[in-house]
Amino acid sequence: MRDFRLKVFTEEQQRFAYPNFWDFLALSFILAVFVLIAWGAKQMALPYQVGERLPLSLSPHYLPQYALRTFLRMNIALLFSLLFTFIFASWAAKSRRAEQIIIPLIDVMQSLPVIGMLSIAIVGFIKLFPGSLLGPECAAIFAIFTAQVWNMALSFYQSLRTVPAELIEATQMFHLSAWQRFWRVEVPFAVPGLLWNMMMSMSASWFFLTVAESVTVSHQTITLPGLGSYIGLAILKADLHAVFYVILTMIVMILVYDQLFFRPLISWAEKFRVEQETTVTHSFSLLIFILKKTRLIPRIGVLWANITDRIINISIFRKTRNKENNFYKTKKNSHDYLWQAFIVFLLLSSLSILAWFIFTTLSLQQLLHVVFLGAITGLRVLVVLIVASIIWVPIGVWIGLRPKVAEFAQPIVQLLASFPANLLFPVVVLLIVRFNLNVQIWVTPLMLLGTQWYILFNVIAGASAIPKDLKLAIDNIGVRGSLWWRKFILPGIFPYYVTGAITAAGGAWNTSIVAEVASWGKTTLEATGLGAYITQYSRQGNFPFIVLGMSVMCFYVLLLNRLVWRKLYKLAINRYSLEG
Amino acid sequence: MQTRPVIIELNAINKSFQQAERQELLVLDNINFKLHEGEIVALLGKSGSGKSTLLRIIAGLIPASSGDVWYRERPVKGPVYGMAMVFQSFALLPWLTVLENVEIGLEALGVSREERRERALKTIDVIGLDGFETAYPKELSGGMRQRVGFARALVINPDVLLMDEPFSALDVLTADNLRSDLLDLWQEKKTDTKGIIFVTHNIEEAVFMADRIIIFDSNPGSIRADLVVNLEHPRNDQDIPYRKMVDEIYGLMLSLPQGKKQSYEQDLKLRRIDLAYRVPDVNVSELMGLIEMINSAEYQGRLGMAELAESLHLNVDDLFPLVELSEIFRFSQIIEGEVELTLAGKLFAEADILERKKIFARHLIKYIPFAKRIRWVLDERPGHHASRERFLAELEDFMSEAEARHTLKIIIEWGRYAEVFAYDDKTGLLSLENP
Repeated sequence: MRDFRLKVFTEEQQRFAYPNFWDFLALSFILAVFVLIAWGAKQMALPYQVGERLPLSLSPHYLPQYALRTFLRMNIALLFSLLFTFIFASWAAKSRRAEQIIIPLIDVMQSLPVIGMLSIAIVGFIKLFPGSLLGPECAAIFAIFTAQVWNMALSFYQSLRTVPAELIEATQMFHLSAWQRFWRVEVPFAVPGLLWNMMMSMSASWFFLTVAESVTVSHQTITLPGLGSYIGLAILKADLHAVFYVILTMIVMILVYDQLFFRPLISWAEKFRVEQETTVTHSFSLLIFILKKTRLIPRIGVLWANITDRIINISIFRKTRNKENNFYKTKKNSHDYLWQAFIVFLLLSSLSILAWFIFTTLSLQQLLHVVFLGAITGLRVLVVLIVASIIWVPIGVWIGLRPKVAEFAQPIVQLLASFPANLLFPVVVLLIVRFNLNVQIWVTPLMLLGTQWYILFNVIAGASAIPKDLKLAIDNIGVRGSLWWRKFILPGIFPYYVTGAITAAGGAWNTSIVAEVASWGKTTLEATGLGAYITQYSRQGNFPFIVLGMSVMCFYVLLLNRLVWRKLYKLAINRYSLEG
Repeated sequence: MQTRPVIIELNAINKSFQQAERQELLVLDNINFKLHEGEIVALLGKSGSGKSTLLRIIAGLIPASSGDVWYRERPVKGPVYGMAMVFQSFALLPWLTVLENVEIGLEALGVSREERRERALKTIDVIGLDGFETAYPKELSGGMRQRVGFARALVINPDVLLMDEPFSALDVLTADNLRSDLLDLWQEKKTDTKGIIFVTHNIEEAVFMADRIIIFDSNPGSIRADLVVNLEHPRNDQDIPYRKMVDEIYGLMLSLPQGKKQSYEQDLKLRRIDLAYRVPDVNVSELMGLIEMINSAEYQGRLGMAELAESLHLNVDDLFPLVELSEIFRFSQIIEGEVELTLAGKLFAEADILERKKIFARHLIKYIPFAKRIRWVLDERPGHHASRERFLAELEDFMSEAEARHTLKIIIEWGRYAEVFAYDDKTGLLSLENP
């Protein structure tokens, strides 16, 4: 009787909801997407033998097809990333023992370069699907997955750890089952952070696309049809037209993806923000606009709500009423010491296996050489950070202090962040060859390309988070010039800057595998460094060298995290945080 | 009243929290209490008296360290069916609408979609949230949000309603309004709820609502008094019996526990503390505000606790530590439930900024033993400086690490104000040099 207020469709209303023009538009769009996905999926499972060459053409006519296949790979990877995130991040958040293993593992995995993971995983996947293209396809998807998943999992884990205690108590008081709590409380709470990280992950996967789509196994390179391999071929053939076409395709794809996927999600995720004030920053989304005009779709929405309701409240997960409730996590485990001993044992044994593997196949000289290469790449990372900071901190501050500009700049920066470094190879290589520049120094800008955006993102965020009153007060007492920078804005954005710099540094190490070897046509410029080393041996499929290179890179990244970044982060939180 | 059936019974509840290795902090000490049908019971105490912890033990959210809780003759070993809780911060799910938030408890019980909706709408009606069904919590004011909290609790027809400072996050008028509405619901028996237990630090609120008030002692939390409130509803806070009750409770909460009474009487004018004293969380400007207020022309240096609370707009949580500290500093003393300034207090109130600092410094060194200790160490040391960690370690002989940190932080703040010593947060050094 009161339902009319609730926008719940009564049976009568549902019967008389004739479809309108917008329904046809929306439905044909949805059907088209299904057909394309089905076609793309079929292409992925064609029969294939290792050694066969897959046809790849630089003709722009093939670009839509390649774009579709790349798109599918990225989305399948994203799906698996979400699955991984839900399972392992929540496991780590719920169980202290799982946490002790999963979180450090993610930390390590995050610091491993994509290409290395690929060379290690490919053999297994080809064995898993013999005689089918699915093997290489899975390997490529796995590589994209490794570029996406870690930050998503960490963000989800952080969110689960910070669900307000009273919300948890409320769910316990009202007897929600763990399953209900997961979908009703924990996932919604994590959605804004997770979504933001999904966007970052998509950028990262674009960035490493070229690497992911050319799979090397037993000295043979399998290039899967897709935008990444198209870029690779265009560079090999030194075809500037092709480079231009692919840049155009990518921009279109990123924009379409933003419109169809992220914008609807962002506007939907607005309601999951816990902040109590209503900040209305509605980003326009064409899809949502059309869906709102339709008549049939809202009915599907009701159906959808019914289905999710059934799933969330599925009875097997519900606690039976008569079951004795017990306190959550109150039993103290007497096996804790045993467990810790087990972890230490696990760590020591894996380290010794690694050491054994490296030292039986390689000599100490080689090891020292790789450590030296790591130091050189580390130096490049440092230079990249300094240069990026000098360029982007002032610009970021300028943008961040102007909310209108910031709103406009955000999506552009995001687009730029997804831009693969390889696409700049022609420019860099031609300049270096033309002006006879030092390769060691001038490949560094390529590393800058992928990493600078993290700094810019965070500086913009930091500058816009500075309270307006504080800025006015500083202006009011006449603080200007270098004093304004030193005493006001730099300390003000410091926590954000550190967050950005940490991500940028991690990214720069990873980018070195793409940036230290730049090629254009027959010219290949190789700088000395750990990234070049890993790339070189990955192309040859030389297992011990890949493992060595990756271990050293991982070691550097973790060591710097502990020694430098964590301390800076603590300082930022303790001294420069604007919140109380 | 005592012949009515017992709903909840607590036997010898103790609760301690592990602070560090082999260091336990006792927060609840031997709590015994019964809730009968038809009763509203208030748990009243200062912060740190463990009253919220006790409520969570009753709710089955956290286990007691020893002792047991019985609900309808069954032991409580986790959240039980039949109890519902209202939270201080509302604890609503921001991504669900008002209706969905109210439905969630029914959803967990496996009630069908149709029945769920019907019951939720009915409760929303009763609680006065009509028209807000599709609103999200962030669109609502604090008072409306807490109404959702009540609706969510009441929709499952709880036998017992537990409330953890349900009105303390609301402004005065909204809280009054919501309290009256809740009492109306209760008295008109519009719910099946048989008993209410609520936690509060607001004396007026306890007297206004409760049939019984249980007053808690702090450090560790224990029951000091169990008072029956024999006042007719609706209660008028201007009635003489009502005021007497409020004054009586202030008196009870100010005095020391029965066992220590003797020494307190002897020591009335010379309340001494030792190194192990956990200083209350009070900053210098609050203390000055209090003393200026009592010294003002209106009060002439003497003021009752209830009026003081009202004119300073402070609840007991904030007022009691303030009064206690003023007493320790010998700026005021308590005589027959009234706060009266000492001569030093009057001088302090009338002094200028620099003079005040001097008076404060003298009293700090004289009456706060640990401040004296810090000054002594700094005087003795050749370089006149010592690390913060050093003093922290000394304090940890007497109290837990967290408490030691807290105590030292406050004493350092006082010392810096009084210029008795200086402190550099970057280096963590205390010194005598004045920057």
